[in-house]
This record gives sequence, structure tokens and C-alpha cells, in this order.
Amino acid sequence: MRTATAPFTLRRARTLEGALKILREEPGTVPIAGCTDVYVALEFGGTPGTRYLDLTPLASLRRITTSGERLVIGALATYTELQKSRFVRARLPMLVEAARLVGGAQIQNMGTVGGNLANASPAGDTLPVFAVADADVVLAGEGGERRVPFNAFYTGYRASVRRPDELIVAVEVPPVIGKQWFRKVGTRAAQAISKVVFAGVRGLETKLALGSVAPTVLRLTRTELALNGGGGIGDALRALEGEIKPIDDLRSTAEYRRSVSANLVRQFWSETA
Amino acid sequence: MKLTVNGTPREIDVHPLKRLLDVLREDLELTGTKEGCGEGECGACTVLVDGEPVVSCLMPCAQADGCDVTTIEGLSGEYPLQRAMMREVGAQCGICTPGVILAAHGLVEAARKPTLERVREALAGNLCRCTGYEAIHRAVLSAHAERHGTATAAAAAAASEA
Repeated sequence: MRTATAPFTLRRARTLEGALKILREEPGTVPIAGCTDVYVALEFGGTPGTRYLDLTPLASLRRITTSGERLVIGALATYTELQKSRFVRARLPMLVEAARLVGGAQIQNMGTVGGNLANASPAGDTLPVFAVADADVVLAGEGGERRVPFNAFYTGYRASVRRPDELIVAVEVPPVIGKQWFRKVGTRAAQAISKVVFAGVRGLETKLALGSVAPTVLRLTRTELALNGGGGIGDALRALEGEIKPIDDLRSTAEYRRSVSANLVRQFWSETA
Repeated sequence: MKLTVNGTPREIDVHPLKRLLDVLREDLELTGTKEGCGEGECGACTVLVDGEPVVSCLMPCAQADGCDVTTIEGLSGEYPLQRAMMREVGAQCGICTPGVILAAHGLVEAARKPTLERVREALAGNLCRCTGYEAIHRAVLSAHAERHGTATAAAAAAASEA
């Protein structure tokens, strides 16, 4: 099948200001970058929009840098670039692992961090990492930039606080204290969408997050409370049972997701001990 | 838009959202690039854009504007991995073969000898329903040896048998 292109338009952003102006003046414009989600939707007859704005020429948004203690990941950084970045490797190895398990090499060369956030799938592989890292999402809009805590970014299934005339320009990650642990469970090691995806940090304060068990990626605050309060793994697993809400869908069942989620928390706890 | 395909500068007038895959096959008549799934899962449509493998079914052609694109037609037919795929019988129906060759191109060209694990990782995004992959993995390792003149006696013997 061929992509139905005729009624659609594409503009290419030359500057960030120009891109934001297009979003303001032409409501409904869909920003695109790696296209690994948008083109799948188009291929199967979905219409994410009729007007598209290609962000890939905005090279400055591809950079991965540091600012003081914070890691700053440009929204257009690809999964390949995450794996290669010495900053990400040194500070956020769980993100390197997440990036390594997204699709195959081709998808890793195309897909971007900003796209993973903006697509807002509860199965997004990098999302549990940003949740436990207490990252901030940097949004650019007419009035300049604003920072939103990642854990307050999503408001529901595929919904976020990003206004349609704003762009995700970066993710900022403060220092992560403790052992980082990431695990993706899918039908095969690569090239599969997650059935369940988990990230955890074991430190003075333990932090846990799961993807694909609720309408949005979920920080497991009650499970964390049990572990941080010294309640032990039994209490933690009981808390977990109450705070995840997995569903049956084409990739897995609620029951399987529940049992894998418990196994992941248990395994995280024993392997990071 | 302008792009360089297999070393030749081309100028084409197409819709910017048209898939790079369709531009290659329909407008440039380079039908060596295959469409498998059309959703980025199978890797059959893999080409190199500025040297990096991408799936051309998920790329609006506008993103290749000004880029250097390599398709299977850009290899000589005598490229070490093309020869090794024949030698090791890494191709059966052939639909995945052009994509596999381009996805592994970087490994074959790199000076460092790839491990089997590395070959598997590089080809994780290329599905083959015929071979069971082992012959493909052998072909990549053998092609690397040939490309860098480190062919083992065993590989040389296999080559002369073929």
C-alpha cells in the first residue's frame, strides 16, 4: 500500500521560532520527526492530521549535553544517539538499555526521544526511565520555555499537558542517585512493543515505574512507600497489586501483566540488593 | 528535491510526504528495494541514508532532501556480502536480502571483526522467513573476513567449493 499523500501538506521547520509560529497559526498541524509512529498510522489508514511539520532540520534540538549537574537531552536525539552519548552512558545507563531495546537498528536511527514522549503511548520504552529519574520536560511556546515535571506531564491515555502550539524541545535529567535497573518484557528481545516495561532506581530512596500497566506510564508511589518504609517485598507486592491497572489488549493480558509486574519488582529488589 | 542516489545526483518533483521507498521504486525505478510489511517491522526496505540504515517505508522523502542514499543497486553485485550471501545460501526467496545486506553493510565495512552477537543485534530489525538466519549470520562474518583480507582457511575452502 502507498501512503495517501495527495490531500496532505508538509512543511519543514528551518528555525524553532518558525516552527512555533506555524503551530500557532495553523492549528491541527502535526509535528513529525522520526515518523516511526506517524507513518505506521498513515499506512493503516489512520489520519493523525492533514498538515505536517517536519522538525528534523532543527539540528540544535538533536544535541545531548550537560548543564551543571543536569543531563539535557534534545528532543530530536535518536535512540542511536542516546546509546552513543558519553553523558547518557555515564549518568543514565538505564536509558542506554531502553534505547538499545527499541526496535532494530533502523528504528533506533530514526525514532527520537521527543517522539517517544509526544506519542504518549503507555508502552513507550523510555518513559519509565524518565519517571524514576524525576526528569523535567522542556516545552517551548510563544512565551518562551517552561519546564514540567515528567511525572506531571501525562494527564491520561495519550494525553499530556503539552498545548498544541508547544513543542517538546528537551528532557532534563537531574543526577540519579543509586543503582539503575531496566527491563523490557516483549515477545522478543528486539523489534517488539513492550508487554510490560520497568525502570527502577535503588538508592537511599527507591523509585519504581512501569509502562503498559495503566493508561499512562506509572510511578509506583505506593509500592515505593512500602519499600522505602522498610515494609519488605511482601508489603510492596501487595501495594503494587492495588496501584496497577493493566488491561487485555492485542499484545498481552491483564493477568499476565500483573504477574510479570510483580516478578519484575521482586527481581529488581533482589538484584539491586 | 535533490538527493544523491548511489553516487548520482538526482532531482525529482514529488510530494514531500511520499515514502522514500515509493520514490526509489516508482520515480527512480530502483526496484531492488523491497516492501515487506510497510510498518517498519521487517526491514526489507532498508536503505542507507547518509550511511546509516533506515527503513524507507517510514521516511517521508523530504527527509532525504540533500542526503546521500544507497540502495542495493549501489553495490557492485560483487560486494563481499553479496558474494557471501550466495556462497552461504543466505538468500532463499530473496525479499529480505537487499535489506539484510544494507543493514549489515556497516558491520562488514568496519575494521573490527564483529561477534556473532553483534551481527544478531545489527540484523534484529530484519526479518527472514526462509533461512532461519544462521546462513545470513555466517555470510556476514565471512564477508567481513573477505572485505578485510582475513578470510580463514575454512571460509576460503567454502568459497572455492562454491
